[in-house]
Amino acid sequence: MRFDWNWQFAFEILPRLLRATVNTLIAAGVGYALAMVLGLIFALALRSPWRLPRTLLREVLEFIRSTPLVVQIFFIFYVGPQVGITLSPWVAGMIAIGLHYSAYLAEVYRAGIEAVPRGQWEACRALNMTTRDSYFRIVLPQALPHAIPGMGNYLVGIFKDTPMLSVIGVTELMQAANSIGSETYRFLEPYTLVGVIFLALSLPTAGLVRLGERRLRRKLGL
Amino acid sequence: MWEFLQTYGLRLVDGALVTCAQFALATLVACSAALVAGLGRLSALWPLRTLATLYIEIFRGTSLLVQLYWIFFVLPLFGVSLPKFEAGFLSVGLNVGAYGAEIVRGAITAVPRGQWEAGYALSMSPARRMRRIILPQALVLMLPPWGNLLIELLKGTALVALIAVPDLMFVAKQINGATFRSAEAFGAALLIYYLLARLLVTPAMRGLERVMARRLGRA
Amino acid sequence: MDLSAYPLELPESDRPMVRFMNVTKSYGALVVLDNLNLDIQRGEMVSVIGPSGSGKTTVLRMLMTLETINGGVIYIDGKPLTHMVRNGRLVPADEAHLRRMRASIGMCFQHFNLFPHMTALQNCMEGPVQVLGLTKAEARARAEELLTMVGMIDKKDQHPSRLSGGQQQRVAIARALAMRPRIMLFDEVTSALDPEVIGEVTEVIRRLVAEHDLTMLMVTHQMGFARDISDRICFFYKGKIEEQAPPEQFFTNPQRERTQQFLRAVKDAD
Repeated sequence: MRFDWNWQFAFEILPRLLRATVNTLIAAGVGYALAMVLGLIFALALRSPWRLPRTLLREVLEFIRSTPLVVQIFFIFYVGPQVGITLSPWVAGMIAIGLHYSAYLAEVYRAGIEAVPRGQWEACRALNMTTRDSYFRIVLPQALPHAIPGMGNYLVGIFKDTPMLSVIGVTELMQAANSIGSETYRFLEPYTLVGVIFLALSLPTAGLVRLGERRLRRKLGL
Repeated sequence: MWEFLQTYGLRLVDGALVTCAQFALATLVACSAALVAGLGRLSALWPLRTLATLYIEIFRGTSLLVQLYWIFFVLPLFGVSLPKFEAGFLSVGLNVGAYGAEIVRGAITAVPRGQWEAGYALSMSPARRMRRIILPQALVLMLPPWGNLLIELLKGTALVALIAVPDLMFVAKQINGATFRSAEAFGAALLIYYLLARLLVTPAMRGLERVMARRLGRA
Repeated sequence: MDLSAYPLELPESDRPMVRFMNVTKSYGALVVLDNLNLDIQRGEMVSVIGPSGSGKTTVLRMLMTLETINGGVIYIDGKPLTHMVRNGRLVPADEAHLRRMRASIGMCFQHFNLFPHMTALQNCMEGPVQVLGLTKAEARARAEELLTMVGMIDKKDQHPSRLSGGQQQRVAIARALAMRPRIMLFDEVTSALDPEVIGEVTEVIRRLVAEHDLTMLMVTHQMGFARDISDRICFFYKGKIEEQAPPEQFFTNPQRERTQQFLRAVKDAD
């Protein structure tokens, strides 16, 4: 048991890890895109005037938020084929991530929408605008700056959750490190490099999110 | 489903108990780490501040799974070899502790300036002032965000199954592997996690909030 | 609510622009409008005054369908607003009916409610383009004409955050007029303004009254202004009309005790 960092080995495995990083980014990106769309649908549905679907949806979203993503991933991956939908690990993983995070984004969107002053809704009604136009042209654009910090945090979060996909065999970054580890019996360099790559990606992303929020506010004249 | 629970219910409960143990121990680790790091960030001594910031940024910036694997597989190379159970709750605790440190720091800075000054005027030492005046008030402020964080902690414990700690998810995986009744196995696991979160963690936190508020004369 | 007593449509001979018929509005146990009967004739300018909680703002909000009705019927130009005719009977209006009727009514708010992410010009174009279906060019021409009328044409490309309260309210008036309503509602449009800019808004309204035959309903605390331009003053108290009369008569010779009390209190506050 000794501390023995091998630089040459580290440089050897780096290309493989970087290739896997691309996979990680794709998985995070697609998962997040899915979460953004689904989250908006859920947020709007939560404002529906019918009580039963609204309460039901709220309970389901609470359930999704309160249970571990990794178990949800297993559930979708294994149960899918059993009800006749064959899913590749990639697709199952991205659906699970998208669904899980859509529950969080729905909350973020909801808070953003509720931050828009009621007077805006009344002005829309005074101009006889349809509900759809009111949302998409007036309210949602104003809700966006409020939602950006939350959306940014979850983007960073999704990206850090992608290693969970390794448990169903998705060849992302963590899986690559695992493979290298079991092939070469060296874990120090792979896992450390994985940590460094994560830091290198998540810290700037968090900074970009803060920057994006400031610019969006200015552009929208708020 | 009913028959499934009759056959495998006991094993699931065993797993759930391990999960609860992991949860409790990880919470202890997280609270301690959060307190130390949160105070560290506010320290006047720059080495302490730097250490605290490093800890927080590293553990927040990397994935829990990566940390878990690092502690279990890599730390032995430095001479620190932890059995899987300990490695499990230590990783989860340290990870959540980094997020908790920010909550602690935020709550302490939210205590009104006047409280600090009153303690100073009464010639209290900084340590006593922190312990008797500031922290109790900060505690009430940090309870709501801690509530959410503890749910995240509960979810995080599921990952220790990946280093073969026999918790709820591990048992569910085993049952799935043996019977291929995935919907029942993972569905039951999800349900138990949900019940633990909704019926144990959330009410406990709310109860704690009430107790603290009453003690501070705010209820 | 028994609607059989209400006509499906008002007869030609008795068709004010706005008619409140036995209108009641309550929030739970609190009754805000109590069996209100009010007519407003075509082209009339009516000022509604009264203490807070008297229900005056609620009257406007119900006309703009921002609030639902609990009793009675409101008619616009002879046709029911809050209800619609189905199978020869009056039933509560659905959204489609409300949208049709709402097209005749425009409203200006105490806090302007301009869209902050759009310029003054875009604010005024939004309704005509999205709701009335005008082309961008047509809407722009109309918006520019109205902004000129309210004296805001040189600020047409500014966002609301760059405009003073008085300027924003003038843009809000232009925005409402761009929809070519037949009825204009003004809900305490000067109450949120600094005193020095109240004049620029009242000036615009004054010109509107003089140059157009819009039917207007205005809730206000500006007694002098109301006296100058109104055809009629309506004094509300606890959800009912306590007294109404042409301004000269109302201010110089109030009949009712409460009216006199109110006018005294307002004068003292000046």
